[in-house]
Amino acid sequence: MRIGTLKTDYAADEALFDTRLQKLLILLACAAAVLFPFVASPYWLFLACLCAINVASATGLNILTGYTGLVSLGQAAFMSVGAYTVAVLEIHAGTPFLLNLLVGGLLTALVGIGVGIPSLRVKGLYLAIATIAASVVLHFVFAHWPLTGGMQGLSMPPARLFGLALDQPFQLYWLILPVTALMVLGAANLFRTRVGRAFIAIRDRDISAEVLGIPLLRYKLMSFAVSSFYAGLAGGLWAYFFRVVTPESFPLVNSIFYLAAIIVGGMGTILGGILGAVFMTMVPELLKFVAGLVTPFYPDALALLAPVRTIVFGALIVGFLIFEPHGLAEIWRRIRRFFHLWPFRT
Amino acid sequence: MTDWLFLTEVFLAGLGSGALYAVTGVAFVLIYKATRVVNLAIGEILMLGGYAFFGAAAGWHLPAWVALPVAILAGALVGAVVERGLIRPMLGESPISVFMVTIGLGSILAGFVQIVWGADPLRLPEFLPSAPIFIGEAYVAPKVAYGFLAAMVVVTAFVLGLRFSRGGVALKATAADQAAAYSVGIDVPRVFSLSWIVACGVAAGAGVLVGAIGGISPTMGVFGLSVLVVVIVGGLDSMAGALVGGLFIGVVEAFAGTFLGGEYRFLVTFSILILILMVRPYGLFGTHEIERL
Amino acid sequence: MRGLPVTLAARDVILGVEGVSLAFGGVRALTDVSFSVRRGSITAVIGPNGAGKTSLFNTISGFYRPRSGNVVFDGRSLAGTAPPERARLGLARTFQNIALFRGMTVLDNIKLGRHAHMRTGLLDALVYRGRARREELELRAEIEERIIDFLEIQHIRNAPVATLPYGLRKRVELARALAMRPRLLMLDEPVAGMNREETEDMARFILDVKEEWDVTILMVEHDMGMVMDISDHVVVLNFGQVIAEGSPAAVQVDPAVVAAYLGAGDLGRRLSGPEAA
Repeated sequence: MRIGTLKTDYAADEALFDTRLQKLLILLACAAAVLFPFVASPYWLFLACLCAINVASATGLNILTGYTGLVSLGQAAFMSVGAYTVAVLEIHAGTPFLLNLLVGGLLTALVGIGVGIPSLRVKGLYLAIATIAASVVLHFVFAHWPLTGGMQGLSMPPARLFGLALDQPFQLYWLILPVTALMVLGAANLFRTRVGRAFIAIRDRDISAEVLGIPLLRYKLMSFAVSSFYAGLAGGLWAYFFRVVTPESFPLVNSIFYLAAIIVGGMGTILGGILGAVFMTMVPELLKFVAGLVTPFYPDALALLAPVRTIVFGALIVGFLIFEPHGLAEIWRRIRRFFHLWPFRT
Repeated sequence: MTDWLFLTEVFLAGLGSGALYAVTGVAFVLIYKATRVVNLAIGEILMLGGYAFFGAAAGWHLPAWVALPVAILAGALVGAVVERGLIRPMLGESPISVFMVTIGLGSILAGFVQIVWGADPLRLPEFLPSAPIFIGEAYVAPKVAYGFLAAMVVVTAFVLGLRFSRGGVALKATAADQAAAYSVGIDVPRVFSLSWIVACGVAAGAGVLVGAIGGISPTMGVFGLSVLVVVIVGGLDSMAGALVGGLFIGVVEAFAGTFLGGEYRFLVTFSILILILMVRPYGLFGTHEIERL
Repeated sequence: MRGLPVTLAARDVILGVEGVSLAFGGVRALTDVSFSVRRGSITAVIGPNGAGKTSLFNTISGFYRPRSGNVVFDGRSLAGTAPPERARLGLARTFQNIALFRGMTVLDNIKLGRHAHMRTGLLDALVYRGRARREELELRAEIEERIIDFLEIQHIRNAPVATLPYGLRKRVELARALAMRPRLLMLDEPVAGMNREETEDMARFILDVKEEWDVTILMVEHDMGMVMDISDHVVVLNFGQVIAEGSPAAVQVDPAVVAAYLGAGDLGRRLSGPEAA
């Protein structure tokens, strides 16, 4: 049974986490996140960082696609802009990493606005196709521009903090996780204000939104800007994490991956972006684990890993769209609701 | 001095591959007209056709004239299953969701093909006559020429069939207004099924031709991206647009590939795509109203 | 009554529709429509189906651009003013088919109405400190105390709008329009599809809104009983033209209006012709 939800002022009712239990859970999660690197193996730390990067990017895509209703198949390409910016700055300028990340994000936001300009004229699928086209163009630019190292791409030095190189998952964890957490918090805040409401209004009924006082182009472009800013930051984190950026680092398949992540997690919910990105990052690892178990009996299992993963991705997209269109977040909500009423109604 | 003969040969080669875009584009348009589904998996279905032919001809050692129908039937079967199992449950959902279902489908098909036939590129057994063909003085690779002829026959059959058959009328009625078509007694669900079956069969057949020319591989589905450009340029709901767009994009790719280098092909076609989206989002021949999706 | 010069001092007029014509392709939706809305009045636009009432509203909102003519709001020409800017000036409206945002709660739908009057920018929003937080909390308090209480929708404030029955949705839409800080409130068929009791509730809300918020009301409505009960001024449209205007009592007996409602539009025009001359 849910208790303790009596509120005495509007601020309490507008809070992100409004029950004591929720606050407790968040506190526990933070504590766990702080303790995690000290107990986890490098493999798990590696995965945690990867999950966090994907959460950051998926949250960005969720703002654009899940909340504003503008489908993009360019999220990976936007990430590449951030990644290349960070790599170039790190190699040629040697500026501090936080500045590099910020510049990467801002530059990506500019690119995002450019890609978003057709969004007033074309909608829906046409826009999705325009973002594919933008991905192709960006890929070409990175593969041919001397500054970005052509097909070889760029190898970059690690991020440095007070002379300390952040080159192990343990150290990178302390960079990636807080940045991601701030980004998710920012996204959650966005939807407590008029900006977020405008995004949702555009998604649900863009024509009447205009008559109610929302300038469409401005907010569509703003959504593109925020979303690609997130992608750029995520791409920058990605660059610091892998330290090699090539044109093939961010293929179209990755854009589909992020789209799949928000579909599976739940479009238009912050929790959905988190759950979906973590889930989709873990699925290949789970498959690897299963393949390892099966190998003694079926030696070729590892060779099948790549195609099975492709099939599972596809099947997850299709399955969630048909059977659970609101994604994991909706399942989580159902579980919560069950406990809110338990034991009076089961 | 410009070498006219060479230019002509490039042009003809472009027409050859353009015809394959056109025929796949026509299949795409058929599905779109009937069901308003943008089928991004068309490239993967085409790929499946190529592999089905390979399986029948190289695996089961069937002669080519049997293997080709096998491939087409395999495509049609997949079309039927997909329409029933994946598309129909999505009826009434937003077009975006259905579009993403087809993305998922493409992923499933690509993985499936890789599991059965492996990741390496394969060559289809030769089944087309290989005597060199000259048009005037210009040389045309025989496979390309036969591919062109076959594709043109199919496209013509389509255009005529749509204009003069009962099925064509039913399709047009469904495309114009599903509810109205249903209320005057047109079996709309059957139009849905048939369009998927026919379109996927045609795409699979095109896959055999594409595979005969360039070989088959699990990444052959990218062909679908070029087809996407073709149908956007021509207009999503226009058969004539698919034909013209296909030939146009084929020729453009041929010239871009020859004079700029292979990696420029996509850049050029997608730049055209962006241009079209900005200037004429419903394509050269498409219906204006579909701008609001 | 038609043609009776309704002379109002300029400062009494909050909205002037001046010779507005609108066409879709070859179809003429509005032809030379002119009328004025007096400040503080309840003005109703009536007419048979397809008379152009909603087209008129959409033109005033700026959603359609008239082929000729002009809309003047509070002495200021609205030509070239985009719909969001008109909303900011105080043109608030509801929609015939209820345009609530299905993905939001009732509260968020109402808050959305205030959009044009808020100043929170993107950066404020991301951090939710200072201005963003202050503005949101002020808005919340105002909505709770002035709008939600007033319209008696406390019990559904956190409900997703998709789950609400029709009558309540109409009320939420009115709430959102009130949150827009309206100076002219345009209601498109506020009681369509409602039963007697709901209609009377809505009529009471409309009258109370006019008093309490000091707004002018322009509404399109089919329910003659309600129109005659609460409006001060009635404009009758038929085939995109104004065929009569005046007080409810006068319009009711106007032969052109009677004819239009009997379905003989041509007859109506012929009848009104000599009088207009």
